[in-house]
Amino acid sequence: MQVNVTVNGVEHAADIEPRLLLVHFIRDELQMRGTHWGCDTSNCGACTVWVDDEPVKSCTMLAVQAHGKSIATVEGLAKGGVLDPVQQGFMECHGLQCGYCTPGMMMCARALLDRNPHPSEEEIREGISGNICRCTGYKNIVAAIQWAAENPAATVSEVTA
Amino acid sequence: MQTPAPVDYAKATSVADALAKLAEHGEEARVVAGGHSLLPMMKLRLARPDALIDINDIPELAGVRIEGDEIVVGAMTRHRDVLDSAVLAEHYPIFREAERVIADPLVRNRGTIGGSMCQADPASDLSAVGSALKGTAVVVGPGGSRTVALRGFHQGPYETVVGPGEILTELRYPIRPGAGSAYEKVERRAGDWGVATSGVYVVVSGGVVTDCGIGLAAVGADHYCSPEGEAALIGKEPTEENLAAAAAATAASCSPNADQRGPADYKSHLAHELTLRALRRAARASQGA
Repeated sequence: MQVNVTVNGVEHAADIEPRLLLVHFIRDELQMRGTHWGCDTSNCGACTVWVDDEPVKSCTMLAVQAHGKSIATVEGLAKGGVLDPVQQGFMECHGLQCGYCTPGMMMCARALLDRNPHPSEEEIREGISGNICRCTGYKNIVAAIQWAAENPAATVSEVTA
Repeated sequence: MQTPAPVDYAKATSVADALAKLAEHGEEARVVAGGHSLLPMMKLRLARPDALIDINDIPELAGVRIEGDEIVVGAMTRHRDVLDSAVLAEHYPIFREAERVIADPLVRNRGTIGGSMCQADPASDLSAVGSALKGTAVVVGPGGSRTVALRGFHQGPYETVVGPGEILTELRYPIRPGAGSAYEKVERRAGDWGVATSGVYVVVSGGVVTDCGIGLAAVGADHYCSPEGEAALIGKEPTEENLAAAAAATAASCSPNADQRGPADYKSHLAHELTLRALRRAARASQGA
């Protein structure tokens, strides 16, 4: 089945089986491995991407359902070689250990800050409640998102990061 | 790796188109809305439809509106939009209270009220809300549309009156001026199914409860409701003693099963306590306190 999707502003076309999950389409067909494939059961949120600007779990959506839609993945967070404040926040605050949950956390955090630039700690914790981290106990992740909220214009380039 | 079995897929552009595609693909075709129950079941082969008819891009199926003395919620309305609906928040805070504890924000961005109703999970929060509010469902099929009371919508765990070739299109909830409502849930961790839940509306007029509805999930309440609990409260003053008696009658009408979420006596205790808490808050709200 033919699908046409835009991923991080770039158009892609592919002929795929209807049963192919969006996360596998992104990772295996498009070879974009930033989006992680985690629990496979809609629990962990490692596979979070945006579909038409809404963060969703890409293990629980068929790629054919994304036909004609615009996808954003973690690879699209940095703009013009400059890290997104969320990415820099995770760096500044040690917001990750193993890094497995990080792409999903950051996509969710960016979406949260776009809608609510100054969230309370409770709002941040609620915002990432669909993303599971088994390393950090969330403290530094919350701090990283708070850092991003306080520093909306991060300045670290990808090259030096 | 969990991947669904091979399946045909067709995107419907209208309700009529969806019905035609369902007819074309036969009894083993399934409607997919948000997919957050169906796709996981397909991965586990608990469901193995031949074809999926996607109703995500049918705009007429989404949205909350008032029609006469009813609130109408389209079946494709996503959890997030139920949570954010000003109309629902004004008339029935029970929706917002329930939605806040359904899954997580990412799941709520995709999952729909219609999908949740049709999945008919015994722990379905929105099924408890719908039965508490004594709403109705509009089901459309090749022969036209029919309206079904939500207290008769479910025929058992994971079974509803929606037949092959039919689609749930709307949920309707009667507006009750002066009603207070509330939802209570105990879950093991954020986003989990409830160990037990209770949601109620109460109308207090002239110092007595003139109308009420009690809905419950995960505690083996027939049709997610307790007419016994309601009968115990109607016509009574909303005193602590009377609310507790209604909560006790509610818990006695439930038949919870022991499972990994807890033993049956614990769930019965929760059915009592959560109903009491919900009744207290709803009665206070109805009295403007």
